[in-house]
Amino acid sequence: MIWQFDLIILVFLVITAIISLQVKDLLAASMIYGVYSFLMCLLWAGMAAVDVAFTEAAVGAGVSSVFLIATVFRTSRRSSD
Amino acid sequence: MEFFEAISAKFNYWIYVIIMMIGLYAMIAKNNMVKKLIGMSIFQTAIILFYVSIGVKDGATIPILYHDQVHAGHHHDDHGDDAHHGSTDHHDTSHGGDHETDEFGYPTRHAPDVHIDGDGFANPLVHVLMLTAIVVGVSTLGVGLAITQKLHREFGTIEENEIHDLIKSGK
Repeated sequence: MIWQFDLIILVFLVITAIISLQVKDLLAASMIYGVYSFLMCLLWAGMAAVDVAFTEAAVGAGVSSVFLIATVFRTSRRSSD
Repeated sequence: MEFFEAISAKFNYWIYVIIMMIGLYAMIAKNNMVKKLIGMSIFQTAIILFYVSIGVKDGATIPILYHDQVHAGHHHDDHGDDAHHGSTDHHDTSHGGDHETDEFGYPTRHAPDVHIDGDGFANPLVHVLMLTAIVVGVSTLGVGLAITQKLHREFGTIEENEIHDLIKSGK
């Protein structure tokens, strides 16, 4: 794949992973985890793994975010760390 | 310069190690259950990133055959070699040799002698393995979140240390 895209997406992957684990609001953490999954999907589409890419887009960025948001709304939204 | 070359050529693997350690740290050190599960998902996607990075080839395209690669061998029935099937003597169709049937009565399918260059396609084996890993990952995340909701109903919190204190003080 084009190495500039590779580099940019990988750097943003690390940034979004750290942010989604450091932010105190759990709803924001869930949404940034969705951004992380979508960046991973872009990376796999660039690495010629299109089947993995659209499975990740549907399952990772879609269903996982819905599960996380549903859990956050049924429990508490604040996190201590 | 050689050092820089070694880092830039394997950049996917360096980032894979970093993301995996981020996820492992979150699973161990975070107190919140949802944060722990997000860390577990990040860990799983890091492993999938490692496997997909193995299957990448330089200058390769997606592992799907082109149309002319599939249908190139369909007009080779006119030449007379029948060495590739030995079932021409016991079928009882009345119309000639152009519609041969096998022992179950279906038309014989000639294997197309297409030469496919494997270097032009990314390795699809790791993709198929990682499809299963993604589905398993989301199901483990769902089970973990269900247990988190159950804990919140039982203890009123999803922080691990508060749950430990409640258990220790006899609720």
